[in-house]
Amino acid sequence: MGNAKLTQKIVFFLLGVATVMVIIPVILIFALILVNGLQAISLEFIFSTPKAGMTQGGIFPAIVGTLYLVLGTAAFSLPLGILAAIYLTEYASDNWLTRLIDIAIINLAGVPSIVFGLFGVALFVILLNFGTSILSGSLTLSIMTLPVIITASKEALNSVPKSFREVSYSLGASRWQTVRNVVLPNAIPGIMTGTILGLSRAAGETAPILFTVAAFYLPRLPRTVYDQAMALPYHIYVLSTQVPNVPVKIQYGTVLVLIVIVFFMNISAAYIRAKFRKKKQW
Amino acid sequence: MVNKITIENLKAVYEGVLALNGVNLDIRQNEILGIIGPSRSGKTTLLKVLNRMIDFVPRSRVEGKILFDNLNIYTDIRLLALRRKIGMVYALPLPLPMSIFDNVAYGPRLHGTKSKSVLSDIVEKCLKASYLWDEVKDRLDSQAFQLSGGQQQRLCISRTLAVEPEVILYDEPCSGLDPISTAKVEDAMRELKEKYTQVLVTNNTKQAARVSDRTAFFLMGELVEVDNTKKIFTGPSDERTNDYITGKFG
Repeated sequence: MGNAKLTQKIVFFLLGVATVMVIIPVILIFALILVNGLQAISLEFIFSTPKAGMTQGGIFPAIVGTLYLVLGTAAFSLPLGILAAIYLTEYASDNWLTRLIDIAIINLAGVPSIVFGLFGVALFVILLNFGTSILSGSLTLSIMTLPVIITASKEALNSVPKSFREVSYSLGASRWQTVRNVVLPNAIPGIMTGTILGLSRAAGETAPILFTVAAFYLPRLPRTVYDQAMALPYHIYVLSTQVPNVPVKIQYGTVLVLIVIVFFMNISAAYIRAKFRKKKQW
Repeated sequence: MVNKITIENLKAVYEGVLALNGVNLDIRQNEILGIIGPSRSGKTTLLKVLNRMIDFVPRSRVEGKILFDNLNIYTDIRLLALRRKIGMVYALPLPLPMSIFDNVAYGPRLHGTKSKSVLSDIVEKCLKASYLWDEVKDRLDSQAFQLSGGQQQRLCISRTLAVEPEVILYDEPCSGLDPISTAKVEDAMRELKEKYTQVLVTNNTKQAARVSDRTAFFLMGELVEVDNTKKIFTGPSDERTNDYITGKFG
């Protein structure tokens, strides 16, 4: 018996250590970035363009570029992803084709991001002749985020109880009326959570935008979707490897801004989920 | 007596299993037809065939002829119109995740009623018809899930009434309710006889004896016999019916 107790103590200790090990890197990353980056943050840093070979000034064009890319990605991937999820869960019958589509979506999620980047160059930049542009970058990021959005939306739609649909049909509702009135209103919070998480991943990606949109340096903001844009992830790469003598605090400051944007998106996703969980009664 | 629904030689396969085998049955206008029988006798399948909810069941098949007001439900009536005319109340109370008002107004809204005052009238009328109005009239905007089980079930009846059906199918409507709530639901059913034809599937033979005009006994997918409720419960023609109602099996 004493032996069993000892084994239990050892196992609990190991489980505890594993848990702490998971948190430590997160805390370290945040602490390091905060300590080194916070001193760079000022209104000027956020709202001015890089100056003196990027060793001074701010990162405004990169922030704006990243926001444009997130908006552009949302514009393409949201409608496409949600409509595809609605079709797959509510309309498509369970046959080999839909199973194939499901497998394709899962595999799409596992494709390395650099492959999406090169695919974007081939399809959007060269073949469709959109050039290196916000349009090409957004489309490339959209393809990368689609599997996340479709999977999350499908889960949200499937979590709406079958009985709600049955009641709606038994009252003479059509498929679309049922989706519109019963299924979607109860799935929207889940869809939003998944969508925001997908977009926040897009905001931090470097490889897909490397050849499709990202500019090394642009003195002015992009005006149309056919313009190139600077973007935070790529700008961080440039600051830390491509330009000599950039002060460390500017590098860390840029990282901090990106982290805050991504963190803010994730927090809002978690908030929506928590708020809905409290409200829902089934 | 006018036949509201005529079922001729109905065979139905439910999830790959033959659930009904050669059923002939008439359902008369304005009657309450009780349907009793042990589980897996095909009672619920029969209801699902009547409003074609069986269309959603995988590996299901229906053969035979079902006439509703002398129209074949598979060929002469549009599916959504059929489901409006033949309403369904389920075993478990299944309110939709919305307010009491919106639950009742759900059907009328689907079918194009937009005016708030018309909807209010419908909601009041239907809640009164299911004896729920007095208990909820002051809180129509609260969530339907806050009601008790019995209240929820009467809300579901109101919701079914709101699309103005001609037939109401009940699939063991009181299986999750206490005796007092059950009595209220049964009162509502008696009151609704004037305007509707009702089919009550129940595992509770006493309930069939209390509320139905005629009772049909199903066994293993076949209709053993159907007769006036009094006759079924006092002197059934078939020995198997007698065995079931006296509790020898089932």
